[in-house]
Amino acid sequence: MVLLKLKFPFQKRVRLAQGLWLLSWVAMFSGAITFAMGVFLKTELHRRSEVMHSMDIHIVPNLLMAVGLASVGINICAGKVCQDSLDPSRFPRWKTFLPPFFFLSVFVSSLLLVAMILSFALQPSLEESLKIGLKNGIRFYKDTDTPGRCFQKETIDRLQIEFQCCGNTNYRDWFEVQWVSSRYLDFTSKEVKDRVKSNIDGRYLMDGVPFSCCNPSSPRPCIQNSLLDNAAHYDYEYQTEELNLHKRGCRQALVSYYMGLMNTIGPCVLLFFLLQMSILVSLRYLQTAMEGVLGEENLEIETEGYILEKGVKETLLETKEKIMKLLQFAQVGDASAETPGTESEEKPATA
Amino acid sequence: MAVLPVRFTKTMRDKLAQVLWVLNWISIITGIILFSLGIFLKVEINKRQDLMVERQLQSVPNMLIAVGLIACAINFLGGKICYDCVDTNKFLRWKLVMLPYIICTFFFTLSVLVGALMCYSMLGQLEESLTLGLRDAMRYYKDTDTPGRCFLKRTVDLLQIQFQCCGNEGYRDWFQIQWVSNRYLDMSQREVVDRLRSNVEGKYLTDGVPFSCCNVNSPRPCIQYQITNNSAHFNYDYQTEELNLWMRGCRQALLDYYTNIMHSIGLTVLIIWLFETSHVISRAEEKTVAECCKQTTATFNNSSRTKTRSSCCVHDMS
Repeated sequence: MVLLKLKFPFQKRVRLAQGLWLLSWVAMFSGAITFAMGVFLKTELHRRSEVMHSMDIHIVPNLLMAVGLASVGINICAGKVCQDSLDPSRFPRWKTFLPPFFFLSVFVSSLLLVAMILSFALQPSLEESLKIGLKNGIRFYKDTDTPGRCFQKETIDRLQIEFQCCGNTNYRDWFEVQWVSSRYLDFTSKEVKDRVKSNIDGRYLMDGVPFSCCNPSSPRPCIQNSLLDNAAHYDYEYQTEELNLHKRGCRQALVSYYMGLMNTIGPCVLLFFLLQMSILVSLRYLQTAMEGVLGEENLEIETEGYILEKGVKETLLETKEKIMKLLQFAQVGDASAETPGTESEEKPATA
Repeated sequence: MAVLPVRFTKTMRDKLAQVLWVLNWISIITGIILFSLGIFLKVEINKRQDLMVERQLQSVPNMLIAVGLIACAINFLGGKICYDCVDTNKFLRWKLVMLPYIICTFFFTLSVLVGALMCYSMLGQLEESLTLGLRDAMRYYKDTDTPGRCFLKRTVDLLQIQFQCCGNEGYRDWFQIQWVSNRYLDMSQREVVDRLRSNVEGKYLTDGVPFSCCNVNSPRPCIQYQITNNSAHFNYDYQTEELNLWMRGCRQALLDYYTNIMHSIGLTVLIIWLFETSHVISRAEEKTVAECCKQTTATFNNSSRTKTRSSCCVHDMS
């Protein structure tokens, strides 16, 4: 029982080959675009790698880059096969090459779907990674004199300005951290001494935020100190004030940004996957149709094309048997290489 | 007396026509480049329009856009003529148009050169426009409740953040302006009233700057108030402190930015002008060659089968 049989007269075969050749060029460019999208995503993730704790999410752009490159190669091969299929003398050299080629191509294309699924599945992991990374960034904000952490202040400031966010979840995260370094605190002043004493860990905590939390859209000059003290500022009420600082937390801002990127890339990848699969199916039809022509005198006969010669189950069983034979042959080969003496002894016994 | 006479065989003529066809397509692309450069410059100037006092700044991008469009049209027509030149019969159609066309292209390349030179001259006007525009923007920084000026605070803040600059010439410009609106000043406080009284015009001037002047690279949290008062902050000396605020003035920052753009555009337009000039010369050559060969073809057909040599082209004996 043949799977999805189709008749192919000569003209249809020629048109299939030509159309497929054109499509393979389109798919080659799409593969290059997929590679470029993977590179872009990777650079964007890398730029903020200082506030990310784990690199799990990098598997998505890595997959896109690998599949993009592989598909360029696959489509070049497909184009060559199409070109050769119009010439029956050159087509036979592809005979042994094509079956493993199909398996490989289908596997590589399915990696695209895997990448898409992973981009959604890894969102909690990304959020967790950002949570820890931002927490560390805020904690080490003041350590501009410690090697290995001196860049954190600049990173967090630039991040808050660019993404218009403040703190991890919101601006109150800054109240729990000492973000003013002790070397800029005047320990002879009473106010500083009181504050440090009132805290269990001896930290200088205050209800203030760095300048990078300030919202440029605010109508009044930025209030960054004594945020919870309504009396400290004229005509100010922190409960209703919304424009003074950035409202969003940086974790939410970054997750939205990356999800937005992946949601844009997702449909493109899906389209490319569909294109690639349709090319592979058409190529299979072309291959099987051409096999009917080989060895015939008249090249313009009508042949049949199919996807699988036998049904799905039977093809799977056959493939399994083939692989088992190959493995056995390999094993027997090893065994005979190790013990040539015993085998020659066995032979006379059986005979 | 002919200018730069050259001998042309038929094959050489064909090759010349082919080369010109390719050159025409390249010229169309350069026309598109000119057009897009004009659009880019227009967008860049419009983006910062709030910070510029209106001068004749729109003329340069408009000229580039117009020149780009005309370049595309002229070169497309030139390409059509070229294509027909190969066939001496079709050439008759274009015979009358050729000379005015070449004069047009000559004037057009002149306008490309003028466009390139205008790019460089625009910078002087730009500096003046920016100085006045920035001064006004800073003056109206506090007027976030006045329609027509309410966006200036955001514009100036985003400018200072993006271009890493502070004030017009430096951060001290902010000391001479009241940038805190009266509606956020507590007039019942003694300190505020003293400050207002001590100023001739009744302005509330402080030695403080907006938050957007803060330098991201500073190792310490930003000091934006009481900048000239060393005792107000621990371990602080404003004369030697360089990393706290952005040191550059916004006028210089914007001018550098636009100078880079204008120099790049000017250079590109000059290169395009050189290309166009050589193109016009080769077109003129082609025109004279085609005309001459048309005449000699007529005489060759009429006369006996002898090799005819003319001043401009050589016929092969078949």
